[in-house]
Amino acid sequence: MSEHHNHGHDDHGHGHGHGHHDAHAVHYSLKDYTIGFTLAVILTVIPFWLVMGNILDPGTTRFVIMGFAAVQLVVHMVYFLHMNSKSEGGWNMMALILTLVLLGIVLSGSIWVMYHMNVNMMPNMGEATEAMKHGTHDMP
Amino acid sequence: MSEINATMNGAAGAPGIDAGARYHVRDHHPENGTMLGFWIYLMSDCLIFASLFATYAVLGRNYAGGPSGAELFDLKLVGINTAFLLVSSITFGFAMISAQAKNLAKTQLWLVVTGILGACFLGLELYEFYHLIHEGAGPARSAFLTAFFSLVGTHGLHVLFGIVWLITLVVQLGKHGLNVENMRRLSCLSLFWHFLDVVWIFVFTFVYLMGTLP
Repeated sequence: MSEHHNHGHDDHGHGHGHGHHDAHAVHYSLKDYTIGFTLAVILTVIPFWLVMGNILDPGTTRFVIMGFAAVQLVVHMVYFLHMNSKSEGGWNMMALILTLVLLGIVLSGSIWVMYHMNVNMMPNMGEATEAMKHGTHDMP
Repeated sequence: MSEINATMNGAAGAPGIDAGARYHVRDHHPENGTMLGFWIYLMSDCLIFASLFATYAVLGRNYAGGPSGAELFDLKLVGINTAFLLVSSITFGFAMISAQAKNLAKTQLWLVVTGILGACFLGLELYEFYHLIHEGAGPARSAFLTAFFSLVGTHGLHVLFGIVWLITLVVQLGKHGLNVENMRRLSCLSLFWHFLDVVWIFVFTFVYLMGTLP
């Protein structure tokens, strides 16, 4: 055990500065943050402007602001979270991809199933819906 | 703990070695693991938000005869809130840059600024919640409002914990300075804080902006 430690200490003299960088391989630069912030502001102001000013018709606006959100997600990941395919030996990216897959399944699955349930329930629910208006609301 | 002590005794004869160094010797591997582990925590947090977003997507238009998003949301307020969070993101960035340059006072200053901006965000959000509940549009009013309060409230709770963490870290920095442990904690909090901003992008897009659209 002590041998191990001694070895570590010997190593340390030149290892510290280097190892320190190793642990925080991310380099925080003013340039990155400035670029990221500027892009994020632009990508935030435009959707707000589109919705508050009623610039486009609602259907188009919906898609456009979704696009802006997606782009801003990427901007934040690159410039603020400092992500790249090599961080933590690629495991960060792996975890992210797994999460995105699960996220896709959860979101699209729930929306799809619940939408179809609503549609399929509608025709036979005429009287029941009326009854429900007086009783409990919004039971799925 | 005992291992640290053992190391300290072992190192007693070598005066040139500072506390951070001993830590480094013992924990080289786990330290790398911390960032990955924290990332995996963030990813699982993503899934919590994903299920809340899914709930909102399913229930978001079930007004039960109550008020709709278009009637309730004040986009100006949301815009100001978004600005608070976005600016707090870059001030956190300044804190990280200062920490990297080993400037303790500046790091603490930027962390405090970030914390104040976070508190402003939280204050406005609580004001909005209070206002809604006061108007009779509380979480019990309709499925839409239940989903809204759960999603936005969970995000707000995360911001609250972020602020608690910020305060803790400012105190820790004052006590121990910019050592390896505190740098690691700063990196984790940096990820956490930027993650909250990322979640907020989707909150304002899907909940507020889309909720206002007819």
